[in-house]
Amino acid sequence: MSAIAVDSLYKVFGKGARSAVAQLKSGTPRDQLTAKSVTAAVIDHNWSIEPGEIFVVMGLSGSGKSTLIRMLNGLIKPTSGTIRIGGVELGSLSNRELRRLRREKISMVFQHFALLPHRTVVENVAFGLEIKGMGKPERLERAREAVLLAGLAGHEDKLPAQLSGGMKQRVGLARALAADTEILLMDEAFSALDPLIRQEMQDQLLDLQSKLGKTIVFITHDLNEAMRIGDRIAICDGEVKQLGTAEDILMHPADEYVADFTADVDRTRVLTAEAVMEPCGTRDTSAFTTVESDVPVNELYEPVLNSKAPLLVVDDNADPLGVVTPRSIIKSLSHDAVADPASDAAAGAAPEPGTATEEERQPA
Amino acid sequence: MIDYLRNWLWTYIWKPLPDMPFGDWMESFIRWARDAWAAGFDAVDTGLEFLYLHLADGLLWLPSGVMVLLFAALAWAAKGWKLGLGIGLGMFVVAWTPYWEETMQTLSMVLVSAAIAILLAIPLGIAAAESKAVSAIARPVLDFMQTLPAFVYLIPVVMLFSVGVVPGIIATIIFAMPPGVRLTELGLRQVDGEVVEAGQAFGASPARILARIKLPLALPTIMAGLNQVIMLALSMVVIAGLVGGGGLGSVISGSLGRLDIAAGFNAGLAVVLLAILLDRVTQGLSDRTPVARAAKLAR
Repeated sequence: MSAIAVDSLYKVFGKGARSAVAQLKSGTPRDQLTAKSVTAAVIDHNWSIEPGEIFVVMGLSGSGKSTLIRMLNGLIKPTSGTIRIGGVELGSLSNRELRRLRREKISMVFQHFALLPHRTVVENVAFGLEIKGMGKPERLERAREAVLLAGLAGHEDKLPAQLSGGMKQRVGLARALAADTEILLMDEAFSALDPLIRQEMQDQLLDLQSKLGKTIVFITHDLNEAMRIGDRIAICDGEVKQLGTAEDILMHPADEYVADFTADVDRTRVLTAEAVMEPCGTRDTSAFTTVESDVPVNELYEPVLNSKAPLLVVDDNADPLGVVTPRSIIKSLSHDAVADPASDAAAGAAPEPGTATEEERQPA
Repeated sequence: MIDYLRNWLWTYIWKPLPDMPFGDWMESFIRWARDAWAAGFDAVDTGLEFLYLHLADGLLWLPSGVMVLLFAALAWAAKGWKLGLGIGLGMFVVAWTPYWEETMQTLSMVLVSAAIAILLAIPLGIAAAESKAVSAIARPVLDFMQTLPAFVYLIPVVMLFSVGVVPGIIATIIFAMPPGVRLTELGLRQVDGEVVEAGQAFGASPARILARIKLPLALPTIMAGLNQVIMLALSMVVIAGLVGGGGLGSVISGSLGRLDIAAGFNAGLAVVLLAILLDRVTQGLSDRTPVARAAKLAR
């Protein structure tokens, strides 16, 4: 069973929201609705998340991503459509049942941390457990464990005002972890942090995730961040423009909107050897240096330069998949090769990938 | 042209209108209430008088010299030794005037009326913060309470209760309550929405969010309201001396009648020093709320 499943989910704000949904369903674009005072935030979302997955919702401000995440824990009610958390439909729950679901199943990390300024780190982390009704000694002990897990050792008894932004967000993360819920909602959790701290937090999240295996819904406006941590990414602008893995989106953007985003992405970190390799052809590959298929491109530079022959890309069973050459790397990193969806579609459809784009570039 | 307009307005608007009935309504309401709710007013009268008398007796139980030291100790505990020293000095000067007894009576009236005003103001402020309707109704009523000249309702209040300290206390409650309500509402509305949302996201009930998140975070603002209530109460209690409220107020109104300028200034000095005591001590307490202390750490 999916951890989270949404089905034809709509959220429209303002008077006349229901008729606006009907219009949207019949295909009216969201900027052409008759009622001018309505804002369509979430349009026709249909997707599901498996347990243990990191699902990133990526979009600009106004793309409805904050609304979406608040619908997942029932803080905002959908205008139409259903949300199932572990098979339970949110719309069927009373307020009391909804609060119990939040206490037991879903916790949340906020963009601006949302800590209680007068409570120490441990007391803040224990907040979710306090709401669950756990006794003080037990919840403080559990909170201390979560504090260690989040890398806050030594800061237990400080107040939030004494911490840096990154440390504050670790408290926010520890609070969510202490609540020990299956689902973790992260609303622009790292967006308020410095770039370096942000990267550190992303690494730590991935590290924690490999140990804890939560189901994570992560909201961000930063596609680099999305590609770094997401198992799957939904690019949203009201509706879902594209849903897929980082590589899918980078190599095969669904439309101009998505392609514009991918232009700024650091491809070398997202693309893997498998994505940039060429077919082996008839070459004798037995003497080639091998690399695993999931190695990112930015770790291929040195081996490629140090070896006269191409690198051989192998899968988990050491079976050859293809070869990587300096040429294939450069080709894959060129924005033009994929940024234009038309040429990309042509490239994807062609029996020999790459030829179409090469021919196109010759006259230029 | 203007004359024509004036005539037209007179003929078609002002002349057909009956006399402004608001004053009559209020008068008949007060006369009716006096008879209909006599028992209730008597009970309130007895209760407030009881509170006032016992508090004043308590404050006057120890000699003034000892009380000066106790006030100084209170200020020290609330803020620090510097304030303790200053307040000790101020209260020494009050004890030096011939009006120590009156000052303690005035303080008792302030404490009784401010305590009741706050007990009414905080729940009302919470209701106003939680409900737009309550807020919309409360606002003009509070404006009315705060700006209606005190003498207008002092006399009717004397009609409802007997002459003495109680009408003064009632008038003081009416006058001093509004900032308590307003600042409670403001403090609660100013609480960071994301923190409240965090409470909701972790499944806290509205009552719990109020008790564990909103009230603690709003406490510094609520304390500022409490300070305002107490200061307004002091100023009103002095005016209430005109209706036989006792304390420094009657000294001042008496000295006005006798043109006794010296007595007026002595009593006035006691009022000022009492005001400083009340203001600094409540301010010291509001600096001690957990949120205010945490905010200080951030700087």
